[in-house]
Amino acid sequence: MGRRLIGGWAALVYVFLYAPILVVVVYAFNGGRQVLNWEGFSTKWFGEALSDPTITEPLKNSLVIGVSNALIACVLGTALALSMPRMHRWVRVPVDGLVYMTLVTPEIVFGISALIFFVQAGVGLGLKTILIAHVVFNASVVALIVRARFVGMGESLEEASYDLGAGPLSTFRQVTLPRLAPAILAGGLLAFTFSFDDFITSFFVSGAGTTTLPLRIFSSLRFGISPVVNATAVMILALTLVAVVIAYLVLRRTGSERRGGALPGV
Amino acid sequence: MRRRAEERAGAGGPRYPAWLSLPAIAWYVAFFVCPLAIMAVFSFSRREGFSDIVYDFNLENYKDLLDPLYGEVFTRTLGLAAVGTIATLVIGFPLAYYLARYAKHKTLLLLLVVVPFWTSILIRTYAWLIIFDPDFPVIGALDLLYTTKAVYIGVVYTYLPLMVLPLYAALERMDWSLVEAAEDLGDSPLRAFRRITLPLATPGIVAGSLLVFIPMMGEYLNPVLLGGDKTIYAGNLIGQQFLLSRDWPFGSAIAMVLILSMTVIVLVYARMTSREEALSG
Repeated sequence: MGRRLIGGWAALVYVFLYAPILVVVVYAFNGGRQVLNWEGFSTKWFGEALSDPTITEPLKNSLVIGVSNALIACVLGTALALSMPRMHRWVRVPVDGLVYMTLVTPEIVFGISALIFFVQAGVGLGLKTILIAHVVFNASVVALIVRARFVGMGESLEEASYDLGAGPLSTFRQVTLPRLAPAILAGGLLAFTFSFDDFITSFFVSGAGTTTLPLRIFSSLRFGISPVVNATAVMILALTLVAVVIAYLVLRRTGSERRGGALPGV
Repeated sequence: MRRRAEERAGAGGPRYPAWLSLPAIAWYVAFFVCPLAIMAVFSFSRREGFSDIVYDFNLENYKDLLDPLYGEVFTRTLGLAAVGTIATLVIGFPLAYYLARYAKHKTLLLLLVVVPFWTSILIRTYAWLIIFDPDFPVIGALDLLYTTKAVYIGVVYTYLPLMVLPLYAALERMDWSLVEAAEDLGDSPLRAFRRITLPLATPGIVAGSLLVFIPMMGEYLNPVLLGGDKTIYAGNLIGQQFLLSRDWPFGSAIAMVLILSMTVIVLVYARMTSREEALSG
């Protein structure tokens, strides 16, 4: 009896989580000019969105930032994860704290501090500043995911490699990287979605002339909801969904040991 | 010697040189620590004219914050974060409990909690703009758009997954035979829950509460989009200083107060969990 009650509650929570997303998706296929006035199924707003340069241009920006951010974050985060387990406590603890701080600091605080910093340093706001800011928290995302896997890996293979005369670089390439690749891939995918979806940080460090897709959606919301925005939102959802599901499956398949994860949701 | 062995065992992982961490640390220092430090300096400076900044270490911005008007903003923000935290806990706990104890397709069901967390917050908030629209069936008639109720619903919706995941992590480690034993020995289900499940779930409850409370304190999007920027919380108050009134030093001071109060909360949490560990041996 208690079990069925809890099961029912759980089902309701899933409805709560997904109904709003479903609403966006359903109304994106409404052929009518007004979002809530159903005039039959149509995919025309997707075509409309993809032929609108004020949407495709920001889309291109978001993709460029998202991909470069993922690449840089993978390099920085993986290198950090490799070096951390053997650091002296006195170095490891503050570095660890820094990694978590970049993730828990409210984005509005980070966003405005980055804005002040770039303006004071005379760095022109634009794609570059958005990218720099995104890498800060995404390097941490990659570092946490890669480290969780790395720590549980055991050291015997690497020790054998060192004993046989290989240096750190070839040991990394031939022994560690193949086993770490799924975690790095998953970290990179999540870093991409984090950047691609980011609104608040980008909002403050983008400057006047640069727009990413979330910024474009936000600015159009001043004029209310619209079918084109719906279609754009659905395309963003689809892209993130694919990336997240792949990342999740890669991590699951390759059996990350720890449960409950270093990062919520991974 | 023993300590060293322990340290190695605790750290684990293959051996790689420490300098590999330098690029990441340099990035953090240059683009995270420095900006926060400059923001701290900014909070003690003042604005002259439209946007000139005078650095003359003064406490004016903080004194301005003592105005009851801003005190009200902070209590309102605290209220939003507290109520939001309790609401996500009440809604999320049974779900986490179900997942940990009864669910059959755990991987899939857990993935369904994770996906919204990694999905664009902007779009998830935007979805509620459609639902609260006066023309939306049934709910539209409630006239919630641009009200504080809408903001509350929005933050609960935004952060619910963040609460469920640590709750699940804690409950997943539970040994359910303990609960069954207690019930067999005559405890009512409620009493068994209070005496066994709840204490064992406490680390998850504390972690989840912290994970949702902190971002709720700095919440920006929900007050702006669903609240129409009409009701002021700490987050959109900061935003306004940077976007509308262009008083950056004052905005910095608000942000400082925000992160300082969060630091206090995190430290209290660290104390609580370490005591927890000491108690459980």
